[in-house]
Amino acid sequence: MGDPGTKQLVSLEELEAAAGVRTGRKHILSILVENKPGVLTRIAGLFARRGFNIDTLAVGPTDDPAFSRITLTLDGAMHPIDQVTKQLHKLVNVLKIRDLEPAETAAREMALFKIAADGGTRGEVMQVVEIFRGKIIDVTRRALIIEVTGSHDKIEAFERLVRPFGLIEMARTGEIAISRGRGET
Amino acid sequence: MMRAVDAIMECLKAEGVDVVFGYPGGANLPTYDAMYDSGIRHILVRHEAGGGHAAEGYAKASGKVGVCFATSGPGATNIVTPLTDAMMDSVPVVFFTGQVRTDLLGTDGFQEADTFGITMPIVKHSFLIRHPTEIPRAVHEAFHIARTGRPGPVLIDMPTDLSKVEIEYEPVGDVRLPGYQPTTEGNSKQIRLAAKALSNARRPVIYAGGGVINADASAELTELVEFDNLPVTCTLMALGAFPATHPQWLGMLGMHGTRAANYAMDEADLIVAVGARFDDRITGKLSEFAPRAKFIHIDIDPAEISKNVPAHIPIVGDAKNILGRLLNEYRALGPDSSRLSEWWERIERWRAQHPLRYEDSEDTEIKPQYLIQALYQATNGDCILSSDIGQHQMWAAQYFHFSKPRRWINSGGLGTMGFGLPAAMGAAVARPDVPSVLISGDGSIQMNIQELATCATYGIPVKVVIMNNGYLGMVRQWQELFWDRRYSAVEMSQWPDFVKLAEAMGCAGVRLEDKTTLVDDLRAAMAIEGPVVIDARVTKEECVYPMIAPGEAARNMVG
Repeated sequence: MGDPGTKQLVSLEELEAAAGVRTGRKHILSILVENKPGVLTRIAGLFARRGFNIDTLAVGPTDDPAFSRITLTLDGAMHPIDQVTKQLHKLVNVLKIRDLEPAETAAREMALFKIAADGGTRGEVMQVVEIFRGKIIDVTRRALIIEVTGSHDKIEAFERLVRPFGLIEMARTGEIAISRGRGET
Repeated sequence: MMRAVDAIMECLKAEGVDVVFGYPGGANLPTYDAMYDSGIRHILVRHEAGGGHAAEGYAKASGKVGVCFATSGPGATNIVTPLTDAMMDSVPVVFFTGQVRTDLLGTDGFQEADTFGITMPIVKHSFLIRHPTEIPRAVHEAFHIARTGRPGPVLIDMPTDLSKVEIEYEPVGDVRLPGYQPTTEGNSKQIRLAAKALSNARRPVIYAGGGVINADASAELTELVEFDNLPVTCTLMALGAFPATHPQWLGMLGMHGTRAANYAMDEADLIVAVGARFDDRITGKLSEFAPRAKFIHIDIDPAEISKNVPAHIPIVGDAKNILGRLLNEYRALGPDSSRLSEWWERIERWRAQHPLRYEDSEDTEIKPQYLIQALYQATNGDCILSSDIGQHQMWAAQYFHFSKPRRWINSGGLGTMGFGLPAAMGAAVARPDVPSVLISGDGSIQMNIQELATCATYGIPVKVVIMNNGYLGMVRQWQELFWDRRYSAVEMSQWPDFVKLAEAMGCAGVRLEDKTTLVDDLRAAMAIEGPVVIDARVTKEECVYPMIAPGEAARNMVG
């Protein structure tokens, strides 16, 4: 690629290839942090600076009020994940990072769907909700709000099924996760 | 009970701080009031950037933590460059910034800037004070974080109202940082593996970086390499970590390193990186970097290992600890140094064929390379040499033979023009027993030249040598070599008159133009008491060679 500082031109393709997102399996990182000012900004900034794309991000309290847990998912080959966890470890307020193995992890996400459903289609939508063990939490004459909880894939599947009825909007929490078994995450 | 700012002074004294570089303003008035009779020496710089770099120079020369004070808003934004510089070069500095009153935070108050947010990517850590009782602990944690592990800058941002509150002060004996536990002890198994790899290597090279100096591990490094006659090269940051006069010294490596060093890296079968980070100025084209080598990578920062070049034997920890133990393991294996004789023959050939060279002038004109050689002679090499950024920096790295650590102070990672003068000033304050000399360019010196007045005010005897070629020389060199000699915005004109400027700033000024008397003239000029500016006129268009052109492999060095 054209080196900065020389006249050599850089093609757009080269630029895109250099900036291309590495693809690999999905990773769920569970990060235990101190509740201190700016922690989330530090983490988000680190990802931005090193060119990593966060797919989902969830932050919430833990059983100890001094700490929060950040669960984030990202796409990456093993090598950059390794670099990301090492960089995260350098943040003074980060206590613990786990790159959770999908098979040994219980992961859930919640989503709210607002779907256009009048008399004609309402029954059919409710059937789908039933199958996905969703909950109808609001009904008006022309729309339903549905709550679905489950794995990332389940929520994607639900979205695909209800979209044709008229998906007005959707809000998702991003996955939270915890390791299976007796040990702490 | 005492004011929080008075507690800060107590904390500083407990940390052994004897001098602070800084600049007062509205938001840090309380801090300056506390400093007034604290007994801590304060150097009033002429620009906060000067204060930050001076604290860096102080830290690099002494090995202690440097301290810099600045006010809110513009004071804080002015330290962004030194903060970044200290982050890139792992320099331990604690920065204290004033901040607007808590009730004004976020309202775009007068001299308000989001210092905490602006500096977040460029600090090792930072504290935003939210309650006055947090202050003493934050100060001690800041010093602890700055000086331990991989050193770096730490910032404490303190709203002015909180700093005036009276608090109970008790000395803080410990720090509690559960998320900060640097690994210092290297893994024994890895160290044994490394010793074994070394004793089997036929073409080994030791590649030492600035981490050796930070870890105070020069003696251990020298002992290790002397034990088995290993060739050594150093990065720009590590010059002085191994004596340049030593027969096992290959010279600096990288873009403007020696051929012997770069060719040795290229052909090595084993490279031991110690406190170095495989920067792009070292590796050149990464895919063709040291293609035959296995890598042992010793570093205190695990994130550096395998970041750019995959390590075969990673060892995380303190270089002093690891090198000492590595030598013990290595001794036990009883390697036969004669296995390296073929390798040394090859290296000797490169050395003989490709010494550093330049064409001397036929008249009295001073060649820039000769200026460095003359400076080395005039000082007997016995000084702390600080540098700015550009051609003069590379020539100094090539032609000045550093024999001790902490005698070469420059901005390596960030390449900050304007770093030199304040850094040399900080070094002079840290080590009044060693002459402080600055080599700068006519471009670099004009960024932060205001600090000449600081030197004059406090009688800080920095000897400034300006390698004056009337150009931004390094940029001109790249335009000459890679951009068809279209010299765009690199000519500096004849202004200012540095001799008159020096005098106006309260310093002595001397102009030197004749190479035949240069060594004596330099000696005489540097013998003048107090700060001196030497305007040395050199060849206008000269290039730094040899060179690995950008994006090229080391074996294709030119010049």
